[in-house]
Amino acid sequence: MKIPKVGIIGIGQSHFKAKRQDANYPELVREAVKLAMEDAKIDFDEIEAIVYSLAPDALLGIGNAERLGVDAVSAKNKRFMRINTGGSTGISSLAAAHSHIAAGACDVVLVAGADKVGECGDSQTILNKIWDPTYERALPLGTINMLAMSAVRYMHKYGMTEEDMAQIVVKNRAHSALNPHAHLRELTSVDEVMKSRMISWPIKLFDACPQSSGGCSVILASEKYIKDRGLDAVWITGVGHSTESYYLGDRMGKHFTADHADAHALSEACYKSYKMAGVVDPLKEIDVAELYSPFSNTEFHAIEAAGLAKLGQSPKMLSEGYFKIGGPNPVNPSGGVLCTNAIAVTAMVRVAEVALQVWGRAGAHQVKGAKKGIASGNGGDHQFFGAMVVES
Amino acid sequence: MELLTRTEKWDITYRHALGEVASWFYTQIRDHKKIYGKKDFKSNRVLVPPRAFSDETLEPTKDWVEVGPEGVIECFTIVYQAFKNLPDPPYAFGYVMLKGADTAIGGYFKGIDLTDGAKAAKQLAIGTPVITRFAEKRVGDALDFWFEVKE
Repeated sequence: MKIPKVGIIGIGQSHFKAKRQDANYPELVREAVKLAMEDAKIDFDEIEAIVYSLAPDALLGIGNAERLGVDAVSAKNKRFMRINTGGSTGISSLAAAHSHIAAGACDVVLVAGADKVGECGDSQTILNKIWDPTYERALPLGTINMLAMSAVRYMHKYGMTEEDMAQIVVKNRAHSALNPHAHLRELTSVDEVMKSRMISWPIKLFDACPQSSGGCSVILASEKYIKDRGLDAVWITGVGHSTESYYLGDRMGKHFTADHADAHALSEACYKSYKMAGVVDPLKEIDVAELYSPFSNTEFHAIEAAGLAKLGQSPKMLSEGYFKIGGPNPVNPSGGVLCTNAIAVTAMVRVAEVALQVWGRAGAHQVKGAKKGIASGNGGDHQFFGAMVVES
Repeated sequence: MELLTRTEKWDITYRHALGEVASWFYTQIRDHKKIYGKKDFKSNRVLVPPRAFSDETLEPTKDWVEVGPEGVIECFTIVYQAFKNLPDPPYAFGYVMLKGADTAIGGYFKGIDLTDGAKAAKQLAIGTPVITRFAEKRVGDALDFWFEVKE
């Protein structure tokens, strides 16, 4: 079955910061929506449905905050649904909007959300609550130490060092310094990363993403709508999602289907999106990648899952300059999640950034000549994965 | 202009039912200092911690299989940062494949000097043999046991 093309016609994102004292939650959502609507140059009457991107309630501190968000996206008398798959919420929301259009149910769908993680500043305490109270809640699990354990396994399996991890931070900070929307924008060095305080071995402060506040909105439309109105657009040509089972302990030892060192289900998601987009050799065909990586070490297994390096080879390729702007396969030219993480919209920003790249509108962090890119999102306990191919 | 804030706190208590499988598992730990997994006969995997059904075959698990107390470290981390409502650092924890099990179970690693992270990390390397230790006073909880590196 040939899936109809779905276009991106408008993008809006905040200048992400730790805190936004000047705006409450719905005002922040509204900020992103206004920017996306201005970008698309269409009226609110044209929007037929809204997919609302909102991660775990406690990060924001408002139960079912989509209720508050309804007014910020002008959803009165329209289809409205909230999506939550944790960190991958933003890309899951875009996939739901894509399906609305691909199925022929709607011509124009608005995707929007915001987060104010910085208002809590205690995200690991909240994220400890995503673990099963029966067996694992008594342990001090959080997303940092969960992915520190992935780093330990990746180190054991492939020989990654703490310095390799630091090199990811140095690259991404060099990228984010060029991106006015990024939260952490200061250049850094391997030495500075190595000297930053240890959080959860081997992840140090500089290896970890910040807690960001800000919003993002993306407007999708059908090919017919775009062509009939002569609108400027880039195209979502591939969509893939895949899920990993719940227990971390099932991803190690004997007989496992996925190693916690790697990102097996993310790879499945990427290759599903490649198949739909007709991408055969990602290393040659993908010009730019925005891969969800909240910690330095996870960018390595994300790069490998996206087929931009063989398993265990990405640290060496990073040191050879493969993944920086100007290299053969730039990864996270925006600075990525490592520099900006407003959890509810982070995975949406990945797609938005790839779209801006293939549109040629990324500004100072533009990857020259980018025509085709991949974006990804990870959520849950390294569990819910989404990927999208976007092309000009 | 002056920008105002409002402080809110969530403090909610839940009393979670553990179900028949986990209740039996914890009772054995509490009363007999023994850890059991449950076998999925279709895939032949012994699931630890035990689950009522297999995520791979969706079949109900059947026989109880005693596992451990020996095992090997499958992964670990050592936490040096304090987080609100979580234990005071430093502490080490991770996952151990107990003898006879096919999936790893989480627990603290104790008896290691954590002052030097890199040094402690070497002592907790993947594949290191460990032994399960049980608390003197057990309540039927995941914290009734922990792991120590085998001498």
